[in-house]
Amino acid sequence: MHWNSLAEFLAMGKHGLYVWGSVLVMAGVMLAEPMLIRRSRRRLVERLRRQYRAERSEARAVSPSSSSGSSA
Amino acid sequence: MSKQSINWYKYASPQTFYPLAGKMIPWFWLLAAIFGVAGLTAGFLLAPMDEQQGEGYRIIFLHVPASWMSMFIYLVMAFWAALGLAFNTRLSGMMASALAPTGALFAFLSLWTGALWGKPMWGTWWVWDARLTSELILLFLYIGFIALQAAIDDPRRADKAGAILALVGVVNIPIIYFSVKWWNTLHQGASVSLTRAPSMAAMMLWGMLLCALACWMYSIAVALMRVRTIMLERERHTEWVRALLGDTE
Repeated sequence: MHWNSLAEFLAMGKHGLYVWGSVLVMAGVMLAEPMLIRRSRRRLVERLRRQYRAERSEARAVSPSSSSGSSA
Repeated sequence: MSKQSINWYKYASPQTFYPLAGKMIPWFWLLAAIFGVAGLTAGFLLAPMDEQQGEGYRIIFLHVPASWMSMFIYLVMAFWAALGLAFNTRLSGMMASALAPTGALFAFLSLWTGALWGKPMWGTWWVWDARLTSELILLFLYIGFIALQAAIDDPRRADKAGAILALVGVVNIPIIYFSVKWWNTLHQGASVSLTRAPSMAAMMLWGMLLCALACWMYSIAVALMRVRTIMLERERHTEWVRALLGDTE
């Protein structure tokens, strides 16, 4: 272990601002990116499910006698 | 011969690749976490102080991996783009599109951590020297690629246009890499070389390599997550996506 105390570790020998400024931004970006991808994926899935439902009900309305109108 | 060879075309189909990628993602996250914890422990807790730069040099454990990834992801992106141009495979364009935002983020992080390292060591956040300027151009190439693809509605045409931009931009990668040799620059030379013994303490080298591996695993995990979303979007009219999202009748 290189450090004697937590304060020494945080101070980074007068370079704390630069070192921790790098660490925080990099950690923030690397946490935000996967979270944003998950969110956009969730929204896409919801949108597609709504779209498929709408297409099915439209197909039923066009041909009410046929039970499998959306298979085309 | 043909019996033993892997059928790559099978894995090149989104329908087969989608579930495979889904199974691989957690493993890459796990590896990223293991390498990340090990690398940060070596770099921030165990490695000695640098004689010239004091404790501030520890930014190297973030800066060098981010810079390597920004260049390497571009090469992989250009490789997929070229494959797509040559063979017109559906998956190639999706892979290139999935890599671009991650590459752009690493290019940004390289510039950000570089600025925060430059200020205490050189006395300035930024200089217009060869290494820094060519890395900034790399960020613009990524942004240009993303913007160009976003501006074209037809995905096939967007892939082709993006691929040409990506391939032209490849010339920038050796310029970044060799800039510290070719020009007089404020930036220090390569931290790690394959041809000479490392000049830094072993623990510093371990910290840097482990952090680089963590960034590598992270990039694969994130690119696979993004390519799966792109697949759903682009293949939304196909039966397999409908079946996957529970649209069965």
